[in-house]
Amino acid sequence: MGTRNYRRKTSHSEHGPGDGGKTGSWRVERPVLNKSLCIPCKRNAEACFICWLFCPEIVISRTIPPQIDLEYCKGCGICAEECPTKAITMVDEAKFAQDDKDKE
Amino acid sequence: MHIIENGNVAAALGVKLCRANVIAAYPITPQTPLTEKLSEYVEAGEMKAEYIHVESEHSALAVCIAASSAGARAFTATSANGLLYMHEQVQWAAGARLPIVMCVVNRAVGAPWNVWNDQQDSISQRDTGWIQMYCSDHQQIIDSVIKAYWLAEKVSIPIMVCYDGYILSHTYMPFAVPDQEKVDAFLPPFKPDYALNTEEPANLNTVTLPDVRMDVRGELAHGYMEIRYLLQEKLRASLTVASEAEKRFADIFGRGGDPYIEPYLCADAQYIAVGLGSLTYQLRVSVDALRKEGIRVGVMGVRFYRPFPDAAIANALKGKKGVIVFEKALSYGYEGALVSDLKSALYEHLAGTGALPVVQNFILGIGGRDIRTEDLTQTLRAATKSRVAKEPVWMGLKL
Repeated sequence: MGTRNYRRKTSHSEHGPGDGGKTGSWRVERPVLNKSLCIPCKRNAEACFICWLFCPEIVISRTIPPQIDLEYCKGCGICAEECPTKAITMVDEAKFAQDDKDKE
Repeated sequence: MHIIENGNVAAALGVKLCRANVIAAYPITPQTPLTEKLSEYVEAGEMKAEYIHVESEHSALAVCIAASSAGARAFTATSANGLLYMHEQVQWAAGARLPIVMCVVNRAVGAPWNVWNDQQDSISQRDTGWIQMYCSDHQQIIDSVIKAYWLAEKVSIPIMVCYDGYILSHTYMPFAVPDQEKVDAFLPPFKPDYALNTEEPANLNTVTLPDVRMDVRGELAHGYMEIRYLLQEKLRASLTVASEAEKRFADIFGRGGDPYIEPYLCADAQYIAVGLGSLTYQLRVSVDALRKEGIRVGVMGVRFYRPFPDAAIANALKGKKGVIVFEKALSYGYEGALVSDLKSALYEHLAGTGALPVVQNFILGIGGRDIRTEDLTQTLRAATKSRVAKEPVWMGLKL
């Protein structure tokens, strides 16, 4: 099946995660959330959500706790930079790759 | 209503009758009076359009691209180096499939600086994916603008309506101005498949991968190559749609004929002169003179240059002894662009049939060099006697 019947004539991207496809294996750093520092988690109430607001890939949910969709996260680090309580840290992907190996 | 006006006013009246919503243009000789006339219409309230002042031609077309993406009927016009400065956006408008109409008032390009007429400007934009129409008089200018909007919006491809600087843009001749009601009946309001809106936001024509991909809805979306193929496919199909436009136009306005070519005394001719624009009407005078000498010659104007009406042209030239192509432009390093396209069409449709005419190419009027009718007659006479040269011949060169 080709794209003959696709409903657009040109390149037309809509709001949503992963319009350019899944991130794959090239992300260098992964955001990791520390719930003990996250404001909505600590207060168990709708609050802050600066990470959700700033994420350019729209992969962080406005939930308690905020969920990060790693299928599409590019690892840009904007969430970590913007978090007022430093609840998000960027961790080298190599560490997770090593952990996966250790599990095997 | 018949009036006597210049070619730029004919174009402006066409745009006004088409109820263009957005006009953005930067003045350049010989297009300037056209944009001035449109700004007068908007200023006087005769035309309900946004006239957006810009600092360059590149911005003028960028404004039209944005306006057209938002569902507005957009118009711009330019000449020569203004068109060249636009070039990046010219390609963009076609790739984005936006039905913008642009008048190109043909003028020579620099260097050296020159403000007179030839057609190097629009010919150099041949491969951008736009439809190109060439006009031979004021009636064709106003009618072509109206037809162009209908066709452009039908196929989602932008159109250049080209007419010769000064020879048409600044000379006065009588022409019929269609009634607004008839134009409204011919041309319905512009309703694109998608127009930018805040309810359904989208990024248009951002980085597009070489291969196809899933979009956010999980539907398989085009890659770059598919999008470009669809443009080519629709351009070729536009030939049929242009024929439909011509028929619709003739039904409503009682004018028109063949949308691709305009033959004059071609039926029994052994030799046919071919060209683009006003030159082909001047050639009719030479044809009349040569007919009196007993030389069976005709002239054929090419009205539609892109998409190239190869079948119509080959059919019209089939079995003729000779074809003499006169051009006010060339593909530097080879020959006239039109003669190359024409020979390609003849080869494709007539190779092996024994009906292939001998083709000659003359380059003339470059940078506004005067084209004297008696010189045209003399050249045409010589070309019917024997093949003048293998290479394109520059007429009237004083080296």
